Amino acid sequence: MASLRDIQTRINSTKKTKQITNAMQMVSASKMNKAEQNARSFVPYSEKIQEVVASIANGGDVANHPMLQAREVKKTAYFVITSDRGLAGAYNSSILRTVYRDIQARHQSKDEYIVIAVGRVGRDFFAKRDMPIAREITGLADQPNFADIKDLTSETVQMYIDEEIDELNIYYNHYVSAISQEVSTTKLLPLTNIGTEGKQLSSYEYEPNQEEILEVLLPQYAESVLYGALLDGKASEHAARMTAMQSATDNANDLIDDLSLSYNRARQAAITQEITEIVGGAAAQE
Amino acid sequence: MKTLMVSVVTPDGPVMEDAFEMVSLKAENGELGILHGHIPLVAPLSIGAVRLKGQDDTKKLAVNGGFVEVRPDKVTILAQSAEKPTEIDVERARKAKERAERRLQTKQDDIDFRRAENALRRAINRLDVVENR
Repeated sequence: MASLRDIQTRINSTKKTKQITNAMQMVSASKMNKAEQNARSFVPYSEKIQEVVASIANGGDVANHPMLQAREVKKTAYFVITSDRGLAGAYNSSILRTVYRDIQARHQSKDEYIVIAVGRVGRDFFAKRDMPIAREITGLADQPNFADIKDLTSETVQMYIDEEIDELNIYYNHYVSAISQEVSTTKLLPLTNIGTEGKQLSSYEYEPNQEEILEVLLPQYAESVLYGALLDGKASEHAARMTAMQSATDNANDLIDDLSLSYNRARQAAITQEITEIVGGAAAQE
Repeated sequence: MKTLMVSVVTPDGPVMEDAFEMVSLKAENGELGILHGHIPLVAPLSIGAVRLKGQDDTKKLAVNGGFVEVRPDKVTILAQSAEKPTEIDVERARKAKERAERRLQTKQDDIDFRRAENALRRAINRLDVVENR
């Protein structure tokens, strides 16, 4: 049995860990609220741009825009959103597992795909496995605004326009609720499925004409989807971290309870032993 | 005078939603003035100021990119960014302007040139909105 002092040391260190996880949980909770709000305030923009893009794309003979058409896939890009720091439960591992499995299943050689890694954890994962990383972004703010990530999204979309890549897949954690996030995989480019969901707004005048509006609008639409995924991913990250820290705090509490029990038991045993020794000593004197 | 509802939406959330008498903005191929009862229209916007004329005052916004959707009684402006004069950091805009001007003078390859040019236009637009509010 461990000595009293050993147990006391363990109790103290567990208490300190608990303080940290508890603080992290509260920080993540407030960041999650903010991130959820950000994600929500983005919805009106994305809905509107989706509606207009869909209605133009539906409107007849403009569907030959390169971003709307599937071409032969020579190179696939994977846009993977992870976090910079760990301690977020299964947040990163579930995404990376899915991406890794998909890449292994779809591609034979490293020339067939590239990875665009957001977040340090993802970057390190792909670098360690020697996979081609086209672009990497670490140190993204907790509450990113559109200006921060504008460069990243427009460069990504530009890669598709320049035919460096022929397909763009996004992998991120979709925020379902504070306790549940699920891995979401979306094929963003080419935009082959956009036309089916919008309703017709044929009564619109287009200034100057539909083709030129699409020219401006489609890249912006693709960028906005990437931005939405980033916001969603951030909200999930904070939620995952909050849940992970919550269970870490709970575990610390359990551990402290157990340790206190064995501490008291050891203390009692020590006292009993002392009494026995005194009684034994006194009996020997008589 | 009849008014129309104007809502300005950016990826960072709605910026403004109010009724105005007239909206004038800069589309890719020229200025547009929109009054109540305009035919439905979609047009891409360029970097420029949006002027919103109300009953007794005119509001200005510095808008960057995006497009405008017009219906007879409603105007929706979707921009990548839209700032009120009070939100604009004059010092930052001025610095951005100087930086872009410097870059334009030391001509490099094509992409850098276009980026610098856009940055310069955004900075000038911001300063313009602040100074003539």
